[in-house]
Amino acid sequence: MKRRTLLATGAGAALAAAMGMPARAQDKTKVGFIYVGPINDGGWTQHHHHSAMEMVEHFGDAVEFVYQESVPEGPDAERAITQMALGGADIIFTTSFGFMDPTVNVAANFPDVKFEHATGYKQADNVSVYSARFYEGRAIQGTLAGRVTTTNKIGYIASVPIPEVIRGINSAYIHAKKVNPDVEFKIIWIFEWLNPAKEADAAKALIEQGCDVVLQHTDSTAPHQAAREAGGVYTFGQAADMAEYGPMPRISSIIDNWAPYYIDRVQAVIDGTWSSVNTWDGISTGMVGIGEISDVVPADVKAEAEALRDAIAAGEYHPFTGPINKQDGSPWLAEGETASDGDLAGMFFYVEGVEGDIPS
Amino acid sequence: MDINPILLLAALMVASTPILLAAIGELVVERAGVLNLGVEGMMIVGAVCGYIAGHSSGNPYFGFVGAACAGAVVSLVFAVLTQFLLTNQVATGLGLTMFGLGLSSLIGQDAVGSPDLTVAKLSFPILSDIPVLGPILFRHDLMVYLSIAIVAGVWAFLKYSRAGLILRAVGENHEAAHALGYNVRRVRVLAIVFGGACAGLAGAYISLVRVPQWIDGITAGAGWIALAIVVFASWKPWRLIAGAYLFGGVTVLQLNLQAEGLKIPVEYLSMAPYLATIIVLVMIRAGRAPASLGKPFHPSS
Amino acid sequence: MLRLEKRPQPSRGWTYGAPVLAVILTIVLGMGLFAILGKDPLIAIKTIFWDPIFGPFAHFYRPEIVKKAAPLVLIAVGLSFGFRAGIWNIGAEGQYIIGAICGAGVALAFYPMEARWVIFPLMIVAGLLGGLLWATIPAILRLMFKTNEILVSLMLVYVAEVLIKAFSIGLLRNPEGFGMPGSRNLRQYPSAANLDLIPNTGFHWGALAALMAVVGAYILFTRHQFGFNVRLAGQSPRAAGFAGVNANRLVILCMGISGALAGLAGLFEVAGPSGQILGSFPAFYGFTAIIVAFLGRLHPVGILFAGLIMALTYIGGQAAEAQLNLPAAAILTFQGMLLFCLLAVDVLTNYRFKFGQGEAR
Repeated sequence: MKRRTLLATGAGAALAAAMGMPARAQDKTKVGFIYVGPINDGGWTQHHHHSAMEMVEHFGDAVEFVYQESVPEGPDAERAITQMALGGADIIFTTSFGFMDPTVNVAANFPDVKFEHATGYKQADNVSVYSARFYEGRAIQGTLAGRVTTTNKIGYIASVPIPEVIRGINSAYIHAKKVNPDVEFKIIWIFEWLNPAKEADAAKALIEQGCDVVLQHTDSTAPHQAAREAGGVYTFGQAADMAEYGPMPRISSIIDNWAPYYIDRVQAVIDGTWSSVNTWDGISTGMVGIGEISDVVPADVKAEAEALRDAIAAGEYHPFTGPINKQDGSPWLAEGETASDGDLAGMFFYVEGVEGDIPS
Repeated sequence: MDINPILLLAALMVASTPILLAAIGELVVERAGVLNLGVEGMMIVGAVCGYIAGHSSGNPYFGFVGAACAGAVVSLVFAVLTQFLLTNQVATGLGLTMFGLGLSSLIGQDAVGSPDLTVAKLSFPILSDIPVLGPILFRHDLMVYLSIAIVAGVWAFLKYSRAGLILRAVGENHEAAHALGYNVRRVRVLAIVFGGACAGLAGAYISLVRVPQWIDGITAGAGWIALAIVVFASWKPWRLIAGAYLFGGVTVLQLNLQAEGLKIPVEYLSMAPYLATIIVLVMIRAGRAPASLGKPFHPSS
Repeated sequence: MLRLEKRPQPSRGWTYGAPVLAVILTIVLGMGLFAILGKDPLIAIKTIFWDPIFGPFAHFYRPEIVKKAAPLVLIAVGLSFGFRAGIWNIGAEGQYIIGAICGAGVALAFYPMEARWVIFPLMIVAGLLGGLLWATIPAILRLMFKTNEILVSLMLVYVAEVLIKAFSIGLLRNPEGFGMPGSRNLRQYPSAANLDLIPNTGFHWGALAALMAVVGAYILFTRHQFGFNVRLAGQSPRAAGFAGVNANRLVILCMGISGALAGLAGLFEVAGPSGQILGSFPAFYGFTAIIVAFLGRLHPVGILFAGLIMALTYIGGQAAEAQLNLPAAAILTFQGMLLFCLLAVDVLTNYRFKFGQGEAR
């Protein structure tokens, strides 16, 4: 394929030039990050950056850290990743699904550089993928939501119809229903990951329709603001603790904590033991953190949620344990059966009881 | 059915306010014969400046004032270019949008705000408690009422005041107005600055009240909608309110319909506000634009 | 008192000198901007303007400049027809998106068949028609209902953005993609891929199309009746009417040309540098092309140079972001300033400054 030609002539020359640069592989390990948003977005990118900074602190002088923020997906991403590789990076983390093809393309040109792609599914000899089992956190959110709601209407601000988001909805629903058989989920899709204006509008619409709990799979704090204004509405922090909105309306949160993974991978590069893996970690390794449950929640409910969290962390309980049927009534999981990773990775159906259709 | 029509209408008014503010400013500018496509740029500069001014001073109203000033200052760039250097208005307006988007992002790089800054909702002694109309009309924050007041003021200005007459004359036939001794350039610059101030206020409403937050590009195209609404309103102030509320209404409605679980594919609901605008533009068969709209004025010497 | 006096004829010197002066002015202003942001202005300018062409990694950057300039030039040439005639197609971005969707749709319909001589040309036609269709909507509405084409074409941009998001998770979604949004990658589908004609130069089919468009537009404007009609209509609609120019046909043709070229640009992008139908495919080329058109003074050859310069600011800007941590927004501001400076300096082409009193007021 034409790509090999580029490798032979263009990138090869570039690599040769880069090799001539001050010893990069020996002294410091150069770690690069490509972010899809600004580092102060309060959510997704901010947390990747925090985790990256923790990793840098851990290694001190042994690593050199570079990053680029607000990189648009598409050819610009490919350019940015290539620039980083040309600049001598040893390992590059690309932190958005939309960077998948660009990462794989660049990786083909730089076989000696390691690439880690978040939330993707394409691997290569020098490309790993990693993601977090957010649905474990949603199980706890669902439990809390089901318990604290008084109107039995729970709102969900969903971003883009992909399996990760659908898993979250399903997991939250299953657990809310478990503790409160009368709950009803109202779901709004805004087709974006971060759009405070739309998120605020969506939150208000949900609240106006009677929801007194609002879950979100979008990245800003706008829903919290809307909930605070309305009063009497509970929310959960997304990707970041958003503790400044606690104890009310924010009663808990899912915190993205990538630091342990980042430290692991950079260490592997330093030790020379790096290989391409597919990592999907959850609460047990600390990748998914559960934010401190606020005191507004009754003590027994808080204990219940914390027990659930501990059970998941210990591997004793899987959020998707049968009997569970699909939305159309067909059986999916038998009693006691747990969902396989494969099923979860491609999940594109609601479970029984969720109303509405998945946009497609 | 869970949709509450009263709350829906109230939400509609809030959602429409930024568009209304930006549109009334642009209406004045266009009545004076100038087409300023840079509304989006002015709005977003107003949004970030209002946000910073409001949060650093702790007073949201100070934020609004700051936003209006920022919008006015940015509009001056447009005014100088189009009125003194006779540049093409369409291109200059687009440049202003780009410039404004970039500038606002730079200004807002380190903007930090606190969740506690709120703009209080007013309540009127008896009016707020009227069963249906009360929540819809009488429980909003100050800016909602101010936006309507500005529309009323512009209407009165254009219709009854001498200055308004001069402005309209300049917009209809700038050569004749010049021959009569009116300073066309000054009238237009003043109009442009007014438009900039209104756009700034609109942006600040988004970043201080409606969302409220600052993030790059938070205006998300509201400035362009405002431009469309000016045409939709046939350049008449009161019709502007109808247009703004229509657009705001469709936006709010589609979210509510989704939450309701309606089985219309969501994507088509998101398109609805824009399609509605096109349909309305077609149906309304826009009344006559000010005859000198978009034509550069050069006092012949 | 400084005032402007109209020149009897546009100044030849300034016609060529204005863009050069504008670029210089912008660089000076830009250096001020970068200094305010705390970056060394000289290094910033060097990184943006010099390094991509002559610096250590220029062999990587130069093809990127070509790849970035191709869609800009292609769209801008199309726009120049309408702009000269006073027909403002602001919705080129929407036409670009729809062209991409149509072209990609055709390609994916044939997948996995391999028949490049059939598929690729069909894709091109689809992209052309898609953009053409999307631009014809505002044209027809203008003719039938006198609706403002600026606003309609603009609203259609938003509609197109929603459509591409819908297609990327719906009809055009990759069935082997684990339910994730995005179509198959067209670059990996040999019959459909838009690859470099000369390897490693970034000169793909889209760049070729852009060059052809420049040449074609030049011929049309200087030697063909249509080009003359367009220029006349822009300068004096009444004179054009007397000369027998059919205003309605002009609107349809101009909008159609710009839509078709924009759609073509979209097709080449999605089959080439971008590769996929994704919600994030739209890249504002439709709007940047407007600036390129003006920067090139609506002249095909000028547009070619303007496109290359604009692409340079993009690529160089990205390099500056990576190496100097210059915020992305600084480049956007810079590009806005470039347009302002050009428009401002342009006045010297048609007017001259004079000291002294004007007529009594």
